[in-house]
Amino acid sequence: MDAKQKDKLATGILYAIAGIIVLLLASLLGYILIQGLPHVSWHFLTSPAKAFEAGGGIGIQLFNSVYLLVLSMLISVPIALGAGIYLAEYAKANWITDVVRTAIEILSSLPSVVVGLFGFLVFVLQFNFGFSILSGALALTMFNLPLLTRNVEDSLRQVSFAQREAGLALGLSRWETVIHVVIPESLPGIITGMILGAGRVFGEAAALIYTAGQSAPALNFSDWNPFDIASPLNPIRPAETLAVHIWKINSEGIQPDAAAVSAGASAVLILAVLLFNILARFLGNRLYRKMTAES
Amino acid sequence: MKKQVITSRDVHLFYGDFEALTGIDLAFNEHEITAMIGPSGCGKSTYLRILNRMNDLIPNVKITGDIELEGKNIYAPDTDVVQLRKQVGMVFQQPNPFPFSIYDNVVYGLRLAGIKDRAQLDEAAETSLKAAAIWDEVKDKLHESALSLSGGQQQRVCIARVLAVRPEVILMDEPTSALDPISSTQIENMLLELRSQYTIILVTHNMHQASRISDKTAFFLQGRVVEFDDTKKMFLNPKEKETEDYLNGRFG
Repeated sequence: MDAKQKDKLATGILYAIAGIIVLLLASLLGYILIQGLPHVSWHFLTSPAKAFEAGGGIGIQLFNSVYLLVLSMLISVPIALGAGIYLAEYAKANWITDVVRTAIEILSSLPSVVVGLFGFLVFVLQFNFGFSILSGALALTMFNLPLLTRNVEDSLRQVSFAQREAGLALGLSRWETVIHVVIPESLPGIITGMILGAGRVFGEAAALIYTAGQSAPALNFSDWNPFDIASPLNPIRPAETLAVHIWKINSEGIQPDAAAVSAGASAVLILAVLLFNILARFLGNRLYRKMTAES
Repeated sequence: MKKQVITSRDVHLFYGDFEALTGIDLAFNEHEITAMIGPSGCGKSTYLRILNRMNDLIPNVKITGDIELEGKNIYAPDTDVVQLRKQVGMVFQQPNPFPFSIYDNVVYGLRLAGIKDRAQLDEAAETSLKAAAIWDEVKDKLHESALSLSGGQQQRVCIARVLAVRPEVILMDEPTSALDPISSTQIENMLLELRSQYTIILVTHNMHQASRISDKTAFFLQGRVVEFDDTKKMFLNPKEKETEDYLNGRFG
């Protein structure tokens, strides 16, 4: 076999592997959507769940998922940015940095159910936050932070040293170089990492069962005062999310239409993640173009 | 006699235990082009990067000796490195424009220095791009990405970017070695134009480039300066045997 044939063979194998992955993904997505979409209606998306009878919706769970996502990203993104910038730009190569890096690596490989139990012990019991959005958001931060930090650090490191030199040689301080040269250039990478993190948070169930709770009390969507107990914005109320809802229906649901609700909720979950990805990518590109002045 | 802008006396540089520069004495005259030549690894780039303290970025580097910019020791503890680098600009071997528009690249230093007046920025951009001999090529696409330009154009935008912050001295680390001959010639001609306003210190691999555009030449070998003289004198009539051998291509 000569080099040309080998090349053809290798290319063929790579194509086949890629094809299998796409096929797997497509069939999984297709299955969930075909099973679930017929059950999705405006009523399904907006009405509260029912525990014993058919016809329940996922309105509150859907809102909870989004709210929890926003809250946990609000907490974790600034911390991840700070930690990532420190590790990539300022940390000296010594044992303290090594310890921090190792800690981040260990944290990122913790199973989410362990993070959930930790959150239960610390946020729910010790800090007395109860089963609440706040406990859930903090647990998700624990779960998400290591990977986000790692992503920020890696994205910053991808920017070539020559760019930093250019900034410094122009009389920019180190901080100005980071903020005005390095970060704009690494923004697409950072945004992609944030999207992946957000997707994980949106679909996470195990870390939330013991922290955000498994009940979704009725909400009054005309009350936006975060201190009222029935307000959707109240961070101290228990909040079952979509992913937790799916898990719960399948493990202990006694609704006559449990299977249908579960299928519909799964389809919505997947669509939401998909939509979120597309939107964030679009915004990321816009932001990049704006910051790099390619208007 | 011309005014000396930068002087260095007995400059040593150590990477860990390795002594990369073994006592450099040089002085650079105002509004002249000084070339530094020598074989790879002779320390000429290392020395250049001492002059605006770019070596500060590398760990385990120790520098001794006395380097003065207009009579002030730039390694004194109270030196403002950011201010120093505004006075002593630098152009690198590889063109390294920011991934912004051409216009934004050029006015970046000014903007970050707090200048917001649009007319002032526009004027600075035009003046700098003209001085860098690239205005005619980019004036109609100032707001396109600088990365869309060719290597030679990118390098001239980088030079314009340095000129915009009005340094006194411009350090150039083999600015044409990554470029084609036509781009190199354009940049050489531009440097001759810039000489009346700036002090230029140029590291080059290319002896012919040194002989074409520099007023003075320093020949580096293994971490020391073998010979430093007027370019014409040195190229026609080198004092040292090592210089003669190098200029005649017998090593290096």
